[in-house]
Amino acid sequence: MANDPIHQFHISKLIPIEVGGIDLSFTNSSLFMVATVASAAAFLYFTTTSRSLVPGRAQSMAEMSYEFVANMLRDSAGTAGMRFFPLVFSLFMFVLFANMLGMFPYFFTVTSQIIVTFSLALVVIGTVVLYGFYKHGLKFLGLFVPSGVPGALVPLVVAIEVISFLSRPVSLSVRLFASMLAGHITLKVFAGFIVSLGALGPLGIATAVLPLLMTVALTGLEFLISFIQAYVFAILTCMYLNDAVHPNH
Amino acid sequence: MFVAPAFAQESGSDNQLQTELAVETHEEGVFPPFDSTHFASQIVWLAITFGLFYLFLKKVVVPRIGGIIENRNGQIAQDLEQASRMKAEADAAVAAYEQELADAKAKANAIGQQARDAAKADAEVERKKVEAELEAKLAGAEARIALIKDEAMRDVGQIAEGAASAIVQQLVGAEADQSAVAAAVKAVRS
Repeated sequence: MANDPIHQFHISKLIPIEVGGIDLSFTNSSLFMVATVASAAAFLYFTTTSRSLVPGRAQSMAEMSYEFVANMLRDSAGTAGMRFFPLVFSLFMFVLFANMLGMFPYFFTVTSQIIVTFSLALVVIGTVVLYGFYKHGLKFLGLFVPSGVPGALVPLVVAIEVISFLSRPVSLSVRLFASMLAGHITLKVFAGFIVSLGALGPLGIATAVLPLLMTVALTGLEFLISFIQAYVFAILTCMYLNDAVHPNH
Repeated sequence: MFVAPAFAQESGSDNQLQTELAVETHEEGVFPPFDSTHFASQIVWLAITFGLFYLFLKKVVVPRIGGIIENRNGQIAQDLEQASRMKAEADAAVAAYEQELADAKAKANAIGQQARDAAKADAEVERKKVEAELEAKLAGAEARIALIKDEAMRDVGQIAEGAASAIVQQLVGAEADQSAVAAAVKAVRS
């Protein structure tokens, strides 16, 4: 069992709950969602309680994450897009903390579940569609008709645009899910090699140094990927929201 | 040496067997992330946790951090403005000081000039007075000298006459005529 790289993605029920025949149990996944939200909220709340004019280290970090997301959103969606700041900020912090918590040994990675990332992507696309139609009405459909396209090509271009729009939630969710899944499996496989080789006696222990070095390097890489994927998720969210704010290319 | 590889091989194959077994047992089910039995529960719990997180950020964290940053920017702008105002004040003070200094210098020059002029005038008056006094004293002294000289001259005439009479008496043996002596003396002296 210890060597099974898939084991870490198993969901186990902690508190069985069933509502109307649907299984809504509090699972280890739910527990880590709560942990993610609680740690991110605690970080943002307790580092800023003093509201100092000259920030300390912790407050500086909270402010940096705030301004990082704010600049990202302002750059891609303009000041009109700033109304979505709480959404983008919470998505970024949620994904970042979920990824980072997943780096602890024996911790469950919430973002390695396709349904979680897909739900988050649907929140983004749902916001884009709803706000787009609410703000611009049917003009929002102009998003699918780029200006300056010759008449004969319009049906083709519209078809391509619609397909690309529909694939957004898929690509947004699969990108995050696959990175986290693949990274954790790779880590686990290399860590498993250390144990297997270590059991082979002195020669095995000597060669086990190689997968150990690999695991150390991969752990560093995984931390980088954890951050980058959170950043990518947030910046793509910003770009999609830009379509809702300014639907004309 | 001979035992170790054999043992290793054995335990290695054992391990492999175990791994295969483990994989076997899991392959009965679906790959866990695609296992749809827990989808509903995950969606619901994600909605609950993420919803609360979103509300907390929207209501508490974003206004707070936004407030902190806005406060700081306001403070910085205010401080900069105050600094520029103070600089302007300092510049004005320097200009006023320089004006004052120039005025004071001019005034000091004027006072010095005045004092110098007054001292010069005083000295002139004093000098004139002293000169006049000296002049008067000189005139008095000259008058006295002339008087004394006259007196001396008159005495010289009498003495010369006496001496001449005596010389004549000694030479001639007879008393000389007084008026002739006086005339001779007078003739010599003039």
